[in-house]
Amino acid sequence: MLKRYIGIFVILLILVVVGGVMFLNGPATRADQFSDEDLARWQEEYMNVVKKGRELWTSPNLGTNQVACAQCHPNGANTHPETYPKFQQQLGRVVALRDMINWCLMNPLEGEALKMDDPRLVAIEAYLAYERRGVPLAPGKH
Amino acid sequence: MNETCFSRRDFLKCAGALGVLPLSTIEIAFADPQKNFTFAYISDSHIQQIRGTEFVRNWDRGLIRAVAETNLLDPKPDFVMFGGDLAQLGKKEELDHGGEILSGLKYELHCVLGEHDYYLDLGEYWSKLYGPHYYSWDHKGVHFITLNSILTYDKWIHGPWPNDMQRMVEMAGLDNPNGSPFLVGEKQRTWLQKDLEKVGKDTPVVIFSHSPIQKIYKGWNFWTEDADEIQAMLKDYKDVTVVYGHVHQIQYNQIGNISFNAVMATAWPWPYPQSYAQAESHLPKLTIPMNRADPFFERDATGWQLIDLSNGRVAMRYNLYNNTNRTVAYNPATRQPEDKMYQSSAAQIAPQIHF
Repeated sequence: MLKRYIGIFVILLILVVVGGVMFLNGPATRADQFSDEDLARWQEEYMNVVKKGRELWTSPNLGTNQVACAQCHPNGANTHPETYPKFQQQLGRVVALRDMINWCLMNPLEGEALKMDDPRLVAIEAYLAYERRGVPLAPGKH
Repeated sequence: MNETCFSRRDFLKCAGALGVLPLSTIEIAFADPQKNFTFAYISDSHIQQIRGTEFVRNWDRGLIRAVAETNLLDPKPDFVMFGGDLAQLGKKEELDHGGEILSGLKYELHCVLGEHDYYLDLGEYWSKLYGPHYYSWDHKGVHFITLNSILTYDKWIHGPWPNDMQRMVEMAGLDNPNGSPFLVGEKQRTWLQKDLEKVGKDTPVVIFSHSPIQKIYKGWNFWTEDADEIQAMLKDYKDVTVVYGHVHQIQYNQIGNISFNAVMATAWPWPYPQSYAQAESHLPKLTIPMNRADPFFERDATGWQLIDLSNGRVAMRYNLYNNTNRTVAYNPATRQPEDKMYQSSAAQIAPQIHF
């Protein structure tokens, strides 16, 4: 019986000590705390990629024929990022926006598809989403 | 003149005989049918050089197809207008290559200057091929005026560009914030005032410009900065129509006595400005948008137009490549251009809803 009480006491002591150490270590170790500087930096990181995406969108060198995405899609308009993934009726299957970006690279731009983890593809997606900000998600919409 | 194809019904019959032609015709009809006539309108071909003798195939095909189909028209149009942006970056090679394709036309050709033809050498080489940047002429009782509406402020033209090609590239990007609003400008407005002095107020006036002489969306230069001044000069004329390119889509509007009709591009279609979520657009409420383009059909939402002129007003016949044909004609009862099929909201179809 006494052994059991000692056991419980030891466990409680460990909890208090560990908790105290975590508390003393301060808020940096807590997931729910980040500062305004963090927010500003993360936004800056995102906008740098958006900017990169805009450069690619207007670049004559993404494909092979000097045609730029922006020639048909000024400000990324008519790309409807909020509607993807959706059933792309011309392809007969559900695709993501990046599949359509690659389709355009291969067809009107007469170039090659980007790899799915290519940072340029992420940048183009970031740019399109940024130009479409504020529009509610409507996956599957036609 | 052969009248076989001059009523709408007969025209469709004739068009049917040629197969499905993608055309919008502009008709001007008078009480005296001898004065009714048609002309064709081809615009915005954006012939684009890749390198050497290589050009973007897609844009080449649009212009080649338009020229071939225009040549099949029966009865023959009185003339053909080219609405500007023959080239993509104003290069001699592009203007020459486009000019060579246009030279296949079997009709008299009048040209409008577009910003893509202009901002490399300020229209110098274009002028060698097609003459003055603005001019007027009379044809069967109609006074036609071609304006150069894509000028801009001198300060921008002679701005900080390291070279002429950089200036061209900056203006060529439709959504480029470094661009500059289009202007007809004071010099040309003075010329226009003088030109109009000799025109009777009952004479139908048709104006060709590259940019719309109305304000729709400044961000993409669907806009002419001094549009209000030009409209004011025209307000006393009974029948005034402005036909413009640049926007690569069907648009139409009525402002006072002036009807506005846009033409399509042979190269590629543009989104309607309201589909850009970050800015307010002023697309005329009258306009029923053309169907959303299907990128898997290369020529979808591109085309050219045949215009019937009757009673001093135009009927634009858009025979679309992968869509049901459309006709936008001036309705004397409502005194505005209207789509013959889709004008009422009940008649509109899902692909005409843009988002």
